[in-house]
Amino acid sequence: MSGSKDYRIVGKVTPRVDGEKLARGKGAFSDDIEFRELLHAKVLRSPHPHARILSIDTSNAKALRGVHAVLTHEDLPRVPHTTAGQGWPEPSPYDAFVLDNKVRFVGDRVAAVAAETPGIAAKACSLIDVDYETLEAVFDPEKASKPGAIVIHDEEDSSGIYDKSSNIASHLEASFGDVEKAFKDAYKIFEKHYEVGYVQQSSIEPHICITWLDEDERLVIRSSTQVPFHVRRIVANVLQLPVKKIRVIKPRVGGGFGGKQEILNEELCGALTLATGKAVRFWMTREEELYASRTRHPQKLFFKTAVSEDGKILAMDVRVIENTGAYGTHALTVMTVTGNKIFSMYNIPNIKFSGEAVYTNLPVAGAFRGYGTPQGIFALESHIDEIADELGIDQIEFRLKNIYHEGDRIPITGEMAEGEGSDAQLIRSSGLEECIKRGAKAIGWGISREPTAAGRSRGIGIAINTQGSGIPNVDMAACSIKMNEDGSFNLLCGATDIGTGSDTALAQIAAEALSIPVDNILVYSSDTDMTPFDTGAYASSTTYISGAAVLDAAKKVKSQIMDVAGEMLEVEKEHLVCSDSKVSTQEGKIVTYEQICLYSLYQHNQFQIMAVGNNVSPESPPPYSAVFADVEVDDDTGQIRLLKLVAAVDCGVAINPQMAEGQVEGAITQGMGYALSEFMPFDKNGNPLFKSFRDYNIFRSSDMPEIEVILVETYEPTGPYGAKAVAEVPISGPAPAIANAVSNAVRARVRSLPITPEKIWKILKNK
Amino acid sequence: MRNISVFVNDKKIRTEVPISQTLLDFLRSNGITSVKRGCESGECGACAVLIDDEPRASCITLTLQADGKEIKTVEALSTRQDLSELQKRFIEVGAIQCGYCTPALLLLAGHYLNTAVSPLEKDLREAISGVLCRCTGYVKPVEAIKKEIRLD
Ligand code: FES
Ligand code: FES
Repeated sequence: MSGSKDYRIVGKVTPRVDGEKLARGKGAFSDDIEFRELLHAKVLRSPHPHARILSIDTSNAKALRGVHAVLTHEDLPRVPHTTAGQGWPEPSPYDAFVLDNKVRFVGDRVAAVAAETPGIAAKACSLIDVDYETLEAVFDPEKASKPGAIVIHDEEDSSGIYDKSSNIASHLEASFGDVEKAFKDAYKIFEKHYEVGYVQQSSIEPHICITWLDEDERLVIRSSTQVPFHVRRIVANVLQLPVKKIRVIKPRVGGGFGGKQEILNEELCGALTLATGKAVRFWMTREEELYASRTRHPQKLFFKTAVSEDGKILAMDVRVIENTGAYGTHALTVMTVTGNKIFSMYNIPNIKFSGEAVYTNLPVAGAFRGYGTPQGIFALESHIDEIADELGIDQIEFRLKNIYHEGDRIPITGEMAEGEGSDAQLIRSSGLEECIKRGAKAIGWGISREPTAAGRSRGIGIAINTQGSGIPNVDMAACSIKMNEDGSFNLLCGATDIGTGSDTALAQIAAEALSIPVDNILVYSSDTDMTPFDTGAYASSTTYISGAAVLDAAKKVKSQIMDVAGEMLEVEKEHLVCSDSKVSTQEGKIVTYEQICLYSLYQHNQFQIMAVGNNVSPESPPPYSAVFADVEVDDDTGQIRLLKLVAAVDCGVAINPQMAEGQVEGAITQGMGYALSEFMPFDKNGNPLFKSFRDYNIFRSSDMPEIEVILVETYEPTGPYGAKAVAEVPISGPAPAIANAVSNAVRARVRSLPITPEKIWKILKNK
Repeated sequence: MRNISVFVNDKKIRTEVPISQTLLDFLRSNGITSVKRGCESGECGACAVLIDDEPRASCITLTLQADGKEIKTVEALSTRQDLSELQKRFIEVGAIQCGYCTPALLLLAGHYLNTAVSPLEKDLREAISGVLCRCTGYVKPVEAIKKEIRLD
């Protein structure tokens, strides 16, 4: 097998299985169902960055007509946990409580209300009287980890924190080779540091969940989540219910991008349902989304790199200080991915990585598409550009001289891994060089182009990067496939389509394996009562991990079909061929899938043709991306115009090339926001200054530059039909590619994000 | 409470509504699920509707302001049997990802196609710029709309 050309459905454009209902605006999302006597939840949030709650008086709130419940930390069991929707046991510290007697950032939860209308609930929140003892607050991770800094997690019962007294949530170190010696022998050493700030996932559908008790008094949670099974497990733990008492339904999700890989509202909403016995709806407002949900981890990255005279990178030492905000959700694993991906690009014999994730009294960072990679790659790819510049080597040539190739192993992946770890990843497929070549051609690398007006300078830049395909030996997926008597099949999967199109990609895989058209697969994802387990939609795992589980189930089902067909046709199954929803003998005798299923359900040796598929992967093959930017900068004002962005991506065999392109287009657009327009400022008391899309600028259709996406096909032997992941890898390239293009245009090196005209102007002015 | 009468997708609705109710809440509570709630402050466009053929954010419009007017939502684009050409195009070119912004994009794109004086991509992009999409980078939605531009 060598690629998509060998397949009937895989690698072909297939319209989404859910396209029509979405185009019609049907009620497919969490908030689209109606309830009798639905209550609305609101949360009272802290106005202080750091305070102890001395007392809370809820009597006035409770007395308000239409209020059904007011909950404070006094009403709930105190269970330390993490809100990170990760596999068990979660690698994030247990430092969060549903409600606590302390608040740690502006926006932290103080109390929750369930009332008959959102308006009454909001009014009730304003009637809650809280007596705070305000505490000193710390906003800079470097200051927070200095001796004498105020301790943010001083509670006794949190656990898994690396060093509470220094506000260090997690710590990480890895190295191999002899870095010190390499620095001694080096031709040149480069030392620079880079900085990236807060940005927010901003799915257009905010977090929403509705909880109720069903007729068996089980708690049902209908939630816009990426991780239904983790929601069930974590909510059971914090509400102290058995898992069997909880059912989580994930309807259509209006975007996640990591923000919904979090148990953010479900536990509190569930607690309100348990308190009132009624259905409760918890809708996060856009303002809450922007400062009280989750963000990308800000980081400072310190690089020291040694090179030889002929342009080989001999050693690299990277130190990261990560701001995890008030809670350590995903703190360690994001930092792990930062290090992991920095050192997965270039074949460097001596490396050292150390990182500290530090608590501050700022919003909570969490999972966001790319998961530590955009931070690391902005720094790495800016740094690489600076070195090539200094050495006077062409940017592409310098990269090609140092990258990993097919057949290489990536040692860092064996050193820093989640769970029980894995072997150093062997690169079995890499289209990186081709991505670079084709991307360079598309952007016109080496061709000098005139600015579009006088007083401006034009430049181009490149950045390359990788990501993983699921978490090796951690991510697990299962699904079931069941045959119906018209030759259609139900595919029930725990894999969670959050808008990525995974329902379609998984249906294609099943349809390919079962020799049927895609519309004979009825996909359902996901419901913890109905669908087999899946760790969820994160870490670029769905196609690679869940896709292989679907392939496993489909192969088993096919084998059962062949058994029954053999019985019906009285032929050994080895002599049968299967195509186009039927099975035939060499002599041309045929039974259709319909006949096979009718036979097995109603006639002889009756049984349900059905199987469960499973998958865990010991490997996480790297997809690759090369991004090129063409920019123009005003020589006086530093104003930047992004003219064109090219993204060339190797995702193995794209199961659905059109959807893969869509993933790339969306990811690079978020990457451009990270580069140019998105940031979250705070005042000196930790108050967020941006609370709406008026201030927090994500790209609009009219802001877009010209975009060109190139899919470079490779065949990943360990992936289902040769596939690797695609959804995350393209997000990291735009920021460094744009920074490099700006430097190429006006010789101004911006080492922090976002890249703004002010920053460029300041550099130009000081030249 | 106030009495109003509006046409929603050509169906007349006469009812009593609270004075402060938004048109978004009114429509959603009348089973129009295609108008989505994204920000409730007029910035994301997910709740877009046409009022007397003009695009409006229903989250910052009071139901009372629509009294006597004609409201169109994406439900009006198709019949139970058939999707409109534009909807088919959206599906065909892969312009839908999570689908949360899709009804609003379709509505504004449809309005642009019906009223456009200019077929320039710049103007098309301007016409839908009130709707935020976090999934597609607008590439495929714009491609779909461009294919539906008829110059006659
Ligand atoms: S919900 Fe109306 S504009 Fe966002
Ligand atoms: S498709 Fe998800 S917001 Fe547009």
